[in-house]
Amino acid sequence: MLRLTHRSVIIGALEQYQVLCQTLRTPWRIQTVRLKSQGSVEHCGLKRFSTAEATVETRENGKVRERTLTMETLNPLVKAVEYAVRGPIVIKAGEIEKGLQRGVKKPFTEVIKANIGDAHAMGQLPITFLRQVVALCTCPELLDSPMFPEDAKQRARRILQGCGGNSLGSYSASQGIDCIREDIATYIEQRDHGVPASWDNIYLTTGASDGIMSVLKLLVSGQGLSRTGVMIPIPQYPLYSAAISEMEAVQVNYYLDEDNCWALDINELHRAFQAAKQYCNPRVLCIINPGNPTGQVQSKKCIEEVLHFAYEEKLFVLSDEVYQDNVYSPDCQFHSFKKVLYEMGAEYFNNVELASFHSTSKGYTGECGFRGGYMELINLDPEVKGQLVKMLSVRLCPPVVGQAAMDVIVNPPLPGEPSFPKFYKEKNAVLGALAEKAKLTEQILNLVPGITCNPVQGAMYAFPRIFIPPRAVDEAKASGMAPDMLYCLRLLEETGICIVPGSGFGQKEGTYHFRMTILPSTEKLKFLLEKIQAFHIKFLQEYSVPEEPL
Amino acid sequence: MLSFRSVFAGTLRQEDMGGGALITALWLRKSAGHVMLNPLRLSPFSSSRRTVFGLSASRCGLIQRKMTENGVASRRGKVLTIDTLNPCVKKVEYAVRGPIVQRALQIEKELKEGAKKPFSEVIKANIGDAHAMGQRPITFFRQVLALCSFPDLLDDGSFPEDAKNRARRILQSCGGSSMGAYSASQGIDCVRQDVARYIERRDGGIPSDPDNIYLTTGASDGIVTMLKLLVCGEGQTRTGVMISIPQYPLYSAALAELSAVQINYYLNEERCWSLDISELRRSLAEARQHCNPRALCIINPGNPTGQVQSRQCIEDVIRFAAEEHLFLMADEVYQDNVYADGCQFHSFKKVLFEMGPEYSDTVELASFHSTSKCYMGECGFRGGYMEVINMDPEVKEQLTKLVSVRLCPPVPGQALMDLVVNPPQPGEPSHANFLKERSATLSALAEKAKLTEQILNTVPGITCNPVQGAMYSFPQITIPERAVKEAKEKGQAPDMLYCMKLLEETGICLVPGSGFGQRDGTYHFRMTILPSTDKLRILLDKVKEFHQCFTQQYS
Repeated sequence: MLRLTHRSVIIGALEQYQVLCQTLRTPWRIQTVRLKSQGSVEHCGLKRFSTAEATVETRENGKVRERTLTMETLNPLVKAVEYAVRGPIVIKAGEIEKGLQRGVKKPFTEVIKANIGDAHAMGQLPITFLRQVVALCTCPELLDSPMFPEDAKQRARRILQGCGGNSLGSYSASQGIDCIREDIATYIEQRDHGVPASWDNIYLTTGASDGIMSVLKLLVSGQGLSRTGVMIPIPQYPLYSAAISEMEAVQVNYYLDEDNCWALDINELHRAFQAAKQYCNPRVLCIINPGNPTGQVQSKKCIEEVLHFAYEEKLFVLSDEVYQDNVYSPDCQFHSFKKVLYEMGAEYFNNVELASFHSTSKGYTGECGFRGGYMELINLDPEVKGQLVKMLSVRLCPPVVGQAAMDVIVNPPLPGEPSFPKFYKEKNAVLGALAEKAKLTEQILNLVPGITCNPVQGAMYAFPRIFIPPRAVDEAKASGMAPDMLYCLRLLEETGICIVPGSGFGQKEGTYHFRMTILPSTEKLKFLLEKIQAFHIKFLQEYSVPEEPL
Repeated sequence: MLSFRSVFAGTLRQEDMGGGALITALWLRKSAGHVMLNPLRLSPFSSSRRTVFGLSASRCGLIQRKMTENGVASRRGKVLTIDTLNPCVKKVEYAVRGPIVQRALQIEKELKEGAKKPFSEVIKANIGDAHAMGQRPITFFRQVLALCSFPDLLDDGSFPEDAKNRARRILQSCGGSSMGAYSASQGIDCVRQDVARYIERRDGGIPSDPDNIYLTTGASDGIVTMLKLLVCGEGQTRTGVMISIPQYPLYSAALAELSAVQINYYLNEERCWSLDISELRRSLAEARQHCNPRALCIINPGNPTGQVQSRQCIEDVIRFAAEEHLFLMADEVYQDNVYADGCQFHSFKKVLFEMGPEYSDTVELASFHSTSKCYMGECGFRGGYMEVINMDPEVKEQLTKLVSVRLCPPVPGQALMDLVVNPPQPGEPSHANFLKERSATLSALAEKAKLTEQILNTVPGITCNPVQGAMYSFPQITIPERAVKEAKEKGQAPDMLYCMKLLEETGICLVPGSGFGQRDGTYHFRMTILPSTDKLRILLDKVKEFHQCFTQQYS
């Protein structure tokens, strides 16, 4: 019986991947994501037309009217994009959730989404002060309300003064509101112990993703051997691979060292760079620190080596530092690339082109929905800067509410201000809980035979390695699926836990992982980890003994 | 005189390489000193693009060496220079925030620093930014958004019940009941349902499926996304996209960035900027010689023209798209901005469905709406939606995948979009005030539309079509031969020279017609009708006076 359900799970997964037409015939509501490796497009096309044939034929004298926009005529770059964090597993999870709501019986009562770094969705409460300022800006009548503290009102007044017509509803300058850019520069200077930051180099963005895409877009040029190559870590956050596909740049992988806590190995950078030079023009080096999905926090020495390498090899550095406040291990510390670059001396600081990114979505605020963020660009060619501003201006401006939220993050209540004690308490509570959960996750996962998990030094994820028995690997491959995808789909079907397979982030061949967030409440996280433990053991058992003939 | 010159130099550079150049120029000046740069900058007005770039490259070298400490003269070039920049980015132009606007910002700063000018403030009539021009937000919308931002206010007695209900409903559909959670990439479910119901009401009951609705980051985001899907092929088979001339430059900018082929069809200025099917045919036939035309973009009500399309015209366009197998994109962000008697907004979707299943089952249509225009003018929230009709289901999945990379549109913008499509209803406590605010804004706009047309038409050498809708007038201006010649010698569009001078002399910031496209040999500018009536009068009088002086000076 149990086997049977398993089968159907796998068939379900199959449908999702290969027999797309099957699912497509049922309404479009069932959203499936087609991956590069999937079955023939024409096949699906035929199927689809056959469903519409009857009506079409009468109108068009038996000639099937083709759509203007079909899989065949879709932008091939769009087709090539993959994004696992919101990929098929998550879509399946959404379906299961809807099923549960309709009363479908499952061996669990709720879907736990540990697939995405979405703190509020996991119950984290917003920072009161931030929301007060946003509410005041949104509805300035509240500035007269005694319900709000003075410091929140001051922040709100200052932001509103920076807005056209004193309204969040006006477009801001395309780089962002001036006074917010000033606040960000001040924040960076303080964070980096006095390393100068100019607000002219700051650009507000629509979440960090938007900034990363914009900078990458500038950098993509050339054809064939001269096409821009972009070096990204493996495992990576799939925004990078997706953006690279969309822009038709060349993805150059450098592998992080799992045996060394996912640290970046400078020799591996050299190897990847030299290898890439054979087929493209590697011009860009992307770093995620603290790491996503690895949770690793880079040492100062490592950053120095990376920057030296970038200097030597003339690479434009993109430093994704959205988890800069999420450092948990007592022996780790966040060092910004900018600061390290400065400390390496003028020759480096005046030459290495560096873009660093921050966001409202992570840290202790977790305000993903506001789509706030900024980037700082140093040593950017002035003409290119003009081009960047022009390009950004086409999209008019980043959401002003997100800009306001960003402002609060870089300019929080200070000691002595009325909101400080509460702010401080809330911030520490969030970060303290995250540190505890980081530890808990590592500990419990390492108890499971066949799972090994590096310490979660920072960020919001664990990326443990899982042993998948050869029989399961074969079964997955036979159905054209990544083995860890099979693992995660079954975990989802059996336990309601939604995590993302390592194949969505990239991993050394023959190794398998998953990414889970550490964001659920401690209680739920324990529950989740225990369920994974039980599932994993069962999975190992199931696939270790050869199946008996029916 | 000197300041004028450098403005022109900046403009020249803009012609060559697009909007941000002036900033570059200013930046250069800032970093390397006025004196050193000006001679270079003033010299060869007639220089080709190549030389302009060459000059600046050598200048960059200079600066860099200067900036490098302890004389370690860096011989390093940069990784990213204008020569190694993505060539598609270089091609992008966007006049609405182009050099005129950059100069306006500069002048504003100069004024603040006490510079003497023949005017005391810069009036920005370049962009449809209602709140910046003093329009007040709709109280109800902001109340709900404040409640969503800070739910503690739900217990506060000062907010009306209907606002609280809306806020509760929105929050319930957010993850963790927080606007801080990511939404589904397509947008919050209940907001999409509300949008679909709104479309049904608007279109007299024609069904709308929430599954066809995508929330977007302003309409621009949706338009760029749709265009991105459509672009494929190389050379002769490269996707061509038909856009109106004049157009809103988002379209040309997006097409440049995507390396698609821009196909111009000209609106008929003599007939109130209406769309001519024969012109569509001409333009399509011509384009088929060199590319693969696959999409037709319509802006209705028109930006920058202010024209509102008749039902008949829309029907003709749809028939044309069906015959010629074109994907229709209907930019309807000004759907509530219709002022002229006898004009009415008809959505493409509604007309399509009224034309019967032969059309409504086949023609692929994407239509766009936004929170930025109409009576709310909430540009900063970057809210919007698109509805896709007859989209291939597989393509739709690809669309969903593509938008998922950006995670989700800003949730406050989604919440606002929800309020726009689901405003206070009769019987609800906020209804009366909402109606009052909405009609005050819309009738003020109608009045200003009329005023603009009237005053502009009193000026000899300016002719302005009726502003039937949207937020802009796009009058034709006569520029004397001598001024045209002068501009051309400087490698500048004549209406750019006109607008730049207007800005320098009066502080009024308009956008030259060349940024939107116009028939060869005609000149226009776009101005918004958004300033308050009083300010608008002053502005129009100043434009009038300037135009007369300008004409005299060059005759």
